[in-house]
Amino acid sequence: MSPIPSAALSQRILPAATPPELLRNFCIIAHIDHGKSTLADRMLQLTGVVDARQMRAQYLDRMDIERERGITIKSQAVRMPWELDGTPYALNMIDTPGHVDFTYEVSRSLAACEGAVLLVDAAQGIEAQTLANLYLAMENDLTIIPVLNKIDLPAAQPEKYAEELAKLIGGEPEDCLRVSGKTGAGVVELLDKIVATLPAPTGDPDAPARAMIFDSVYDTYRGVVTYVRVKDGNLSPRERIVMMSTKATHELLEIGVISPEPNPTQGLGVGEVGYLITGVKDVRQSKVGDTVTNASKPAAESLGGYHDPRPMVFSGLYPIDGSDYPVLRDALDKLKLNDAALNYEPETSVALGFGFRVGFLGLLHLEIVRERLEREFDLDLISTAPNVVYEVTLEDRSVVTVTNPSEFPGGKIMEVREPVVRATILCPSEFIGAVMELCQTRRGDLLGMDYLSEDRVEMRYTLPLAEIVFDFFDQLKSRTRGYASLDYEPTGEQAADLVKVDILLQGEQVDAFSSIVHKEKAYAYGVMMAGKLKDLIPRQQFEVPIQAAVGARVIARETIRAIRKDVLAKCYGGDITRKRKLLEKQKEGKKRMKTIGRVDVPQEAFIAALSSDGGGGKDAKKK
Amino acid sequence: MAPALPLGDEAPDDGALPPSVLDGADARAFGVYLHVPFCTVRCGYCDFNTYTAAELGGGASQVAYADTALREIALAGRVLTRAGVPPRPVSSVFVGGGTPTVLPADDLTRLLDGVRGTWGLAPRAEVTTEANPDSVTPGSLAQLAAAGFTRVSFGMQSAVPHVLATLERTHDPRRIPDVVRWARDAGLDVSLDLIYGTPGESLDDWRTSLQTALATGVNHVSAYALVVEAGTKMAGQVRRGQLALPSDEDQAVKYEVADAMLTEAGLHWYEVSNWARSPEHACRHNLAYWRGDDWWGVGPGAHSHVGGVRWWNVKHPRAYAGRLEAGLSPAAGREVLEPGSARLERVMLGVRLAEGLPLGELSARARRDVAGLVADGLVDGSAALGAASTPPRVLLTRRGRLLADAVVRTLTD
Repeated sequence: MSPIPSAALSQRILPAATPPELLRNFCIIAHIDHGKSTLADRMLQLTGVVDARQMRAQYLDRMDIERERGITIKSQAVRMPWELDGTPYALNMIDTPGHVDFTYEVSRSLAACEGAVLLVDAAQGIEAQTLANLYLAMENDLTIIPVLNKIDLPAAQPEKYAEELAKLIGGEPEDCLRVSGKTGAGVVELLDKIVATLPAPTGDPDAPARAMIFDSVYDTYRGVVTYVRVKDGNLSPRERIVMMSTKATHELLEIGVISPEPNPTQGLGVGEVGYLITGVKDVRQSKVGDTVTNASKPAAESLGGYHDPRPMVFSGLYPIDGSDYPVLRDALDKLKLNDAALNYEPETSVALGFGFRVGFLGLLHLEIVRERLEREFDLDLISTAPNVVYEVTLEDRSVVTVTNPSEFPGGKIMEVREPVVRATILCPSEFIGAVMELCQTRRGDLLGMDYLSEDRVEMRYTLPLAEIVFDFFDQLKSRTRGYASLDYEPTGEQAADLVKVDILLQGEQVDAFSSIVHKEKAYAYGVMMAGKLKDLIPRQQFEVPIQAAVGARVIARETIRAIRKDVLAKCYGGDITRKRKLLEKQKEGKKRMKTIGRVDVPQEAFIAALSSDGGGGKDAKKK
Repeated sequence: MAPALPLGDEAPDDGALPPSVLDGADARAFGVYLHVPFCTVRCGYCDFNTYTAAELGGGASQVAYADTALREIALAGRVLTRAGVPPRPVSSVFVGGGTPTVLPADDLTRLLDGVRGTWGLAPRAEVTTEANPDSVTPGSLAQLAAAGFTRVSFGMQSAVPHVLATLERTHDPRRIPDVVRWARDAGLDVSLDLIYGTPGESLDDWRTSLQTALATGVNHVSAYALVVEAGTKMAGQVRRGQLALPSDEDQAVKYEVADAMLTEAGLHWYEVSNWARSPEHACRHNLAYWRGDDWWGVGPGAHSHVGGVRWWNVKHPRAYAGRLEAGLSPAAGREVLEPGSARLERVMLGVRLAEGLPLGELSARARRDVAGLVADGLVDGSAALGAASTPPRVLLTRRGRLLADAVVRTLTD
């Protein structure tokens, strides 16, 4: 008997007409590299949604960047038929983003499901982000199916990690399914178990429609494609719908399910998952977490849980070639259509020219946006060291929100508040000391520590987000030989003893290098940046002091000694032309330099000073 | 390997000059440079256009060279006449190389006669030849003087044996006082060429060289910072780590030491790398380069300038000879200076001289920048202000001379 339902049975699970008890909505929670996409591919094949000929690796990850980096940025939902004990079922697999920056999107994806497959690499064990998402799923009351993947690997230790999982979610180690997405082993059993153990969705079919948006994607040809999970009532083609947060109404131009390509349907009923197209052109008009209802019979209350994405990390993005500024502006305008969390404002820098101050959900978000700008729009960009948002209260009680360190107010400051996060770090127990030392130097407070197994430990810290943004992940990885994993979520803010360190070149402030740091670290930052600039800025005709200052107080100083010799001894045999052409070339080079006061600085020096460290993008990539 | 020729326009086969060269020709001195592209050995640091017998192989022989160069002198005479340049007797002749004195004194005499026959020599014309200290004798120097040479410039480079060895100079430094005396006895004015900043040269070594040169009582010294040119044997030694690249700091200190010692001894700078006991002892041919005068460069790879047209000859002696035998100009390329380039050159060349560059020749913006250069100690403040007898001018300080190119960039923004 094939687990794929026959044509006759399939009539019972038609979209818009499937009884909720025949639906199963689930997601897969996994760490990057633990094989989620490969397992999803296998499910698509076994359910007959994709045949082997159509199959390509990581079928669901559409964007090139996603496929190359092996990560999923945007979630999608695929409807798959399955038969168990003679009954047909429709399974909706909702893909979740797997990264810390997208916690809110993950939470909305989880809210669209009744269950989650917890997928863990049998050779590596659970990682911090997976753990964080698992906790999120458990808070949402999802039924968890623990699965160990990659059991075909020689390094697999299924017994060890089954025990770890049992400890985390309760139950017995034997309950843990063992699969191999690569060979397909155990995947049929997993599909059966999804049907058998996950609760069917429930809802009131006669109530006004309430559908939660769990994703929203801009498509060049179709406009915004919105992914929804229907809780109550039903949605039909051509009816008018209302977005409950904005009260905006739209006509449903198309409604359907993905299997795995979009199939228009006669609507979506209780418990169903699918997509809507209304013709809007900007994902901000179709916000993740919002509730969709019927315009003719609107629901009184939304499903709740909606909030606007809030940028946590800011960075200045500048085109290396100043004439690319309009290209950058257009590129950001385009990306914004597909990224509700992206926001930006123009800014100018003495050192870097015209650019934008861009707000991001986190470091990975920053890195992805930057990479897309460079790749899809052929831009060469320079980004300033990422910083967080500070609330500065002045003595007159006025409050200034600082998203760019160079705008940190001078004068009398009563209090500075900075965002803090709750960080979870998983690592082998031999590295506890190293992690503690790192967190201590980063102003961390240990909240608690638990052993996941004999030799793996979970440590929980409160840390200033600014400390994580600056080089934390690289440091963590290098101190734990790559074994530690990290997750964090914003938990609020705290007052802290923070100061702005300015870098002055011959007395002139270089805005791009101003940084807000803890008082105790001001000196180290000043020495580091002054030293770096000393090595990068070419010698001038005069001595150039580089100073790091807090307010009017100089805390570190370096000096670029004046250049001693810049003259050709002679013109060989009267070859004046050669000498003039050399000078012309030097003059061209000088034109490309930025002048700070009287100091000529090649742009490469700024780029090198900004990119060598302190650029947080790098570390996010490895997560 | 000789330095690459500049990129320029094509030069006409007949060497014809545009009418623009006539502008102000009366006011410009006219000189002749004669290039002798031969040496007995090639020194490791040298990238001049010169060839040893072995490098040259057959053809283009030294023996035939004077005849070939005389053909170019004749061509030069015709080209200038045809262009309508008013006849100007030659005010300076400079024979350089290579090693001019590897040619028999008779050949040098014939070349000078060729110049004299074509344009005539001005009264008290300066006629210099470069010479290697180990390739002259009292007799050969007397013969040069008799032929009309007035000045000899010896490639002394250093008085310190290990420095000369690094430079691969073969002469015995102990000969220097002798050759200077012989030249003087022959009635020739003498200049000594020195090089500083050679890998391994200490500051004391450099002082020794300066003292040795000054002890001869010469009236003129040229001191050049060693430049390790790409493609030379020395560049290879530096690349392989066998020699250390001279540092700017070391060369700057040595320049300052040289300027101090030479000034102390009564020799005053008149150009960044040249010092003379009095204005009459300054090398007029050298000054002509910096003042933008006209000169015709004869010989393979030689550069010429006439009224805003610069050109350069084909580099290889065989190609050079071939062009002339075919009745063609040996020029490989040329450029007719645009006004912007001409202004840049004027500043670039003018500031190198102790006579200074009149402020009036600068743009209004550059004139304003002079104040900053004075404040930085690169330009002499009182010269920039001027006095009743001397108009305001840009005169480099000692530190400014070491940064002359930076000053030029500032003044030509």
